Order: sequence, then structure tokens, then C-alpha cells
Amino acid sequence: MAKLILSLDGQLIKEFTLSKERTTIGRKPHNDIQIDNLAISGEHAVIMTILNDSFLEDLGSTNGTLVNGQPVKKHFLQGNDIIEIGKYKLKYVNETPAIMSKADFEKTMVLRSPAASAPKPDAKALTDTQTNLEVPTKSSEMTASTPSTATPPADATLPGIAAGAKPDPVTVAVAQSASTSSVTTPGGGTIQILSGPNAGRELSLAKPLTTLGKPGVQVAVIAKRPQGYFITHVEGAQFPVLNGKTLDSQAHQLGDHDIIELASVKMEFFLKP
Amino acid sequence: MDSLEIAKATHTGMVRSHNEDSIATDTEIGLVVLADGMGGYNAGEVASGIATALISSEIREAMLNEAPAKIDTATGSSGATTLLRATIAKANASIFQSANSQPQYAGMGTTLVTALLFNSQLTIAHIGDSRCYRYRSGKLEQITRDHSLLQEQIDSGFLTREAAKRSQNKNLVTRALGIEPTVEAEIHTYPAQEGDIYLVCSDGLNDMVEDDDIQMTLDALGANLELAAEQLVQMANDNGGRDNISVVLIKVKKDFPANEGLFAKFFSWFK
Repeated sequence: MAKLILSLDGQLIKEFTLSKERTTIGRKPHNDIQIDNLAISGEHAVIMTILNDSFLEDLGSTNGTLVNGQPVKKHFLQGNDIIEIGKYKLKYVNETPAIMSKADFEKTMVLRSPAASAPKPDAKALTDTQTNLEVPTKSSEMTASTPSTATPPADATLPGIAAGAKPDPVTVAVAQSASTSSVTTPGGGTIQILSGPNAGRELSLAKPLTTLGKPGVQVAVIAKRPQGYFITHVEGAQFPVLNGKTLDSQAHQLGDHDIIELASVKMEFFLKP
Repeated sequence: MDSLEIAKATHTGMVRSHNEDSIATDTEIGLVVLADGMGGYNAGEVASGIATALISSEIREAMLNEAPAKIDTATGSSGATTLLRATIAKANASIFQSANSQPQYAGMGTTLVTALLFNSQLTIAHIGDSRCYRYRSGKLEQITRDHSLLQEQIDSGFLTREAAKRSQNKNLVTRALGIEPTVEAEIHTYPAQEGDIYLVCSDGLNDMVEDDDIQMTLDALGANLELAAEQLVQMANDNGGRDNISVVLIKVKKDFPANEGLFAKFFSWFK
């Protein structure tokens, strides 16, 4: 359970456990944490605790509340935050998560009765997007597995390569993404074009997904995964050729110096050290 | 309906022992139901299973029988809303009763997203923290808003989105199907456009894969919906796969105005 350690000028005064949903801080005696000093307002601040998370709110105090040197009105407390009220310091210590089983606290739970407290939807917020992502540390026990991919639609059309028509040169499009990849880099995978008008060009496979080919004609994708790089057919009647062998719809792991042929353009995959 | 293409994928993830998510899709009537169950032992699976089976069969029956007359053209959206609301109430009662009558299922419940595509409109009902996103013109946008503690804390100004990523209370939902005798589903209707891709997912996807990476996957693999669904599941697993992951993708290949039912045709003769 989280606790607060009250100190003045480096002298430890007392420890408080945040066992209640509301823990009040102030000068008056009814507060859970009473600090009898004139710089402290009667009702100075409150800490709301919901399971493992604690939130500090200043109750409009005369002299304000600082967290890590910054004045705050509302603050989501993080382990080892220093709350300053007047000359007093309260250190927030939360050591619960290390003890709790990870699987347990990840389970979805219902918080409370829905009808009573459900927030009314408001139209404006509906368009808001929210990201709940926490980049996890890469788990070392993750095993390499060949990903299963589904078969592409059988009715995929192929307007570009009609009978006798010369296929357009393969264009190389890097999937656009502003995000930072949360996949750890397994070496610097690179594609070098060996034939066609773009021969000699290199393309770094820095993104989680890189598509190769021409949309509507033939497209393959190279996925960067913790285990390495995998090529998969995306669209088109023709499948990519890897080292002279035509691929099926499954993902195939790329090895150093593998030769890929896509819409009659040859390219080489290699790992930059 | 040949104007829609639907692909789905579900996976236990890298940590959990079993998959408590459940999905049902019906391309013919344009229906997707996704549920993320919760509750001890196998109860979570039971709750999500009841939800998807009951809701998909009830809506299918309604759409194929009475719907054309009832949910036609002018009243299209309100008809769909009424149908979803009634069906969800039924599923809620069914799960609630099972939970109360059988001790091994006590306290079970589930989140829910039900997407019904009818008459060139998407009607979406949701409860809890499973989501629906719309991918249109290269942009991904979340169109449901979680019923979760975290979302409430963001709304009340306690948490910024950045801080929310560090919260330890990620999985507390404020509404769920089957927990109380009644539940209020949040239902909205949006116009669907040719080229739209809708993503319905459980939190096992959006907790593990950033929205930007989801958008990038749809950019790159939108032409192969099955592959895109598998890729999203794989990314969630590569990032740790801490929860069950379920993904349904719905692509609008062309507009799908409601067929004029016999009833409507009959009346048009008298105009």
C-alpha cells in the first residue's frame, strides 16, 4: 500500500499509509494528516486513492501545493514524488506493484455499479482518441514462431500486368508512421534494388512494416519483428519469389543476402551490422 | 451483403492461459459482435460467449424477418438503435441470470461492441473498454469512448493521455454486460462511406499497439484485410501480448442502401 513520509528540514516526522479513499491534509485537527503550522490552510489538500493509484488535489489553499518543485492543482502521484506544503515535505512511496502478480492486476474488472455512475456521453469527446499504450519491456522468453497469415482474396485483380504488357517498374513505398516502433531492432535490415530503373538504391527497413511493389498490381510487406524480418504477400495474383522459389501466402523469415523478386524486379535483403 | 468484407482474428496472447474474448461476424446482414469477458475460472468465456451467440442470432433473425419493414429507409437509424438496445437488454438479463443462478459463474460479465451496418449507416453500441475505430482517408479515429475509470480520470482532468499510459488502473471498466439487472449501452449512428475500414477490438490490441502503428498497418495492408487482422494480433503479441487480443476489420467496398422491401414497393404503387 502506498504511503506518505512527512518530514521537515530533512527530519522525518511521521509515516502515513494511504488506506482510505480520501486522505485529507490541513492545519485543522479533523484532517487525516494534520500539520499544525500557520502556512498550512485549514483544509489544504486531499489525496484520492483508487486501488494502486493516488491523486493529489489542492483544495484552494492560500499558499499552494508543490510537487517536485512545481505548483499543482491536480496531480497523478508517481512513486517518490515530493509534495511540498509550506516548509513541510511529504514523500509519496508506492511499492505495491512489485509485489502484486502482474497477471492479476491486468485482469479486467468492473469498478462499480454502472447505472449510477456511468458518465453521460458527450458528442465532443466521442471524436477524441486515446492511447493506452505502455511500451512493455521486451520479454526474453518470447519464442520465435512463424506467424500464420491468411490466404489473400482469390478475386484479387491484376490490372497492371495484362497479357504481354510490360509491368511497371516496382516502386518502393515505405509505410508512413510517425510512431516509434515498440519492436526492438533485430539488426538493421536493408533492401537493395538489383535490377530495373531503381537499381542500386537502398531502403532501410526501419519501420515495423514496409510495403514493396505497386498497389493494385503486386504488393508484399516486410514486417520487422523481435525475431527478425518476415516477408508476406499482400495483393496481386503473382506471389513474390524468394531465392528462386515462389512463396505461398504464409510469412517467410528473411535471411541475410536473400534475393527477392517482385513484379520482375530483383532485390537483395541484407542485415547491416 | 457483397458490399462488405469482414476479417477477424483472435488470440490468447502471450501471458493468459485461455481466451475470454469472443467474436461473431455475419457478412450477410452486416453485423459484428465482440465481447471481452471477465470473471473467475472460465466464467469470462461463458459471459462473452453468451453475449456474442445471443446477440448475433437475435439480430440475424430480426434483420432477415421483420427488419425490412420495420427498419426501412426513413427510420433506418432509429430502427437499428431500437433493435440493438432490445437485444443487448436481453443478453444482459441472460448473463445476469446465469451468474446469479450458478455459483461458478457468480460475478461474470463482459464488455461489448456491436456494429450493425445497414442502409449505408453504421450503428455502434458499446459497453466497457472494447473499442471501435474508423479508418477513413488514411486517418484512424476512435469512435467509441471507453467506459473505464481511466477515461473518467482523463475527462475530469486528473490524468493527461500521457499520464494515463503509466496508470496502474488500466483495466477497470465502469460499465459491463451482465453485472447488474439492467445496463445502458451507448449507441450512436454514423454514415458509412465507400472505402471506410472499421476496426472493432478488445483492449488486448489497443493497450499493446499504439494507434499510429494500427493506422500504419491499415495503410500498408488495407488491401488484404485478413493479413491486416493477423498483423495487428501479431504486433500485440510481439509487444508482450499481456491480454487476449481480438480484432475484427470491416471494409465498406461500396455503399449499401437498404433494399426497398416488398412492403415499401407495394406502397409506392399508390403514390
